[in-house]
Amino acid sequence: MRRYLIVAIMIWAGFLLQSTVFRAISIAGIVPNVLIILTSSFGFMRGRKEGMVIGFFCGLLMDIFFGDIIGFYALIFLFIGYINGLFKAIFYPEDIKLPMILISASELMYCIFCYVFLFLLRGRMNFPYYLVHIILPEIVYTTVATLVIYRGILYANEWLEEYEKRS
Amino acid sequence: MAKNHRNKNSIPSRYVLLILAVICVIMMILSFATDIMSVPMNSAAGYIIVPFQKGISRAGEWLYDRTNDLKTIKDLQKENEELKKQVDDLSITVNDLQADRYELSELRELFALDERYSDYNKVGARVIGKDAGNWFSTFIIDKGMNDGISIDMNVMAGSGLVGIVTEVGPNWASVKSIIDDDSNISGMVMSSSDNLIVSGDLELMKDGYIRFSQLTDKDNIVVRGDQIVTSTISDKFLPNITIGYITEINNDSNNLTKSGYMTPAVDFKHLNTVLVVTDLKQGK
Repeated sequence: MRRYLIVAIMIWAGFLLQSTVFRAISIAGIVPNVLIILTSSFGFMRGRKEGMVIGFFCGLLMDIFFGDIIGFYALIFLFIGYINGLFKAIFYPEDIKLPMILISASELMYCIFCYVFLFLLRGRMNFPYYLVHIILPEIVYTTVATLVIYRGILYANEWLEEYEKRS
Repeated sequence: MAKNHRNKNSIPSRYVLLILAVICVIMMILSFATDIMSVPMNSAAGYIIVPFQKGISRAGEWLYDRTNDLKTIKDLQKENEELKKQVDDLSITVNDLQADRYELSELRELFALDERYSDYNKVGARVIGKDAGNWFSTFIIDKGMNDGISIDMNVMAGSGLVGIVTEVGPNWASVKSIIDDDSNISGMVMSSSDNLIVSGDLELMKDGYIRFSQLTDKDNIVVRGDQIVTSTISDKFLPNITIGYITEINNDSNNLTKSGYMTPAVDFKHLNTVLVVTDLKQGK
């Protein structure tokens, strides 16, 4: 119960930050993607199921406020959560390299999905432009944000696991 | 112990993936074909997210105001001088325009044409959140169904067109701006009444331009600096709202149409308050 509550608050706060505060600190109009960091890190920390469910709700929030149809972002985030969950077996809390690689890869996957389904299918062929101006900056910025945010997520998760073990 | 744990989460995760993916696809089909998804979800989101977005953006605005106060006096003096010069220039223009206006209102009375956008009913709204991703430029405003806002209403800021309401909850609405990559508007060159298509483009967004195309201008009347307004034939946008001004105009390779870039009349980088026109083009 406590876990559901804490995770819900984290998703809620992540979305709020991303749509308000982070817009103000954006560099060249690019904001880091906190929802990807959340989905991805819960995926490899807790496994496929939790990654999927958290991804689903993160995506749903994006869909409600910014999507044309409901379910598109939810589906992308769902897959990202699942794939990250596959790496739970080789995850160690002390190691920062795996989370960084996985989060960057998830971000890349998310961007490619967005490009292919929302831009390429409408005839926007200039992929190099989008790669240089949107995708790469977003990945770099998200990875930098990971350094800060991931610690918090890791700490929250360890605290929750400790609590669950005791009860 | 291990067995016990397995029993508790008895559904294998690949089935969970399948079930959730199917739910997503069903939601996509439902929201594509009907409206039944959006009402409950939009209202739930309105109560969980929007009040806090409002609070944060208020706080942000307050901070912004405070930092502005600290702007040095020198800057202000310089600006003051420039503005005074501008006032002189403008008052000359105003005089000219007033003469024109007098003539215009007389002519309008003659034609009983009073469809200017000062006559539209408008509701002021505050921008409380911007798109969480980097691909599109939609934003959230703090007025919704309860304030009489509905889908397809036009949104303006100052004197120019900002965009159109695409989704609405009880206390929020999301607006797709005209610089959004997915936006296409039927426009019209004010001087010659030639129709054209104005479309947003992510590639041009950073330079502050939007694209226009399919302008038929056989006599080469349209030049740089011409004002582009929403056309009368658009089915969602009210007529004669300023969209922007032409900055570059080129012949298309078919030699029949022209296309180019234009600068929007609204400063999208500093958009804090907008006006929602509550009149719909297709009156209900």
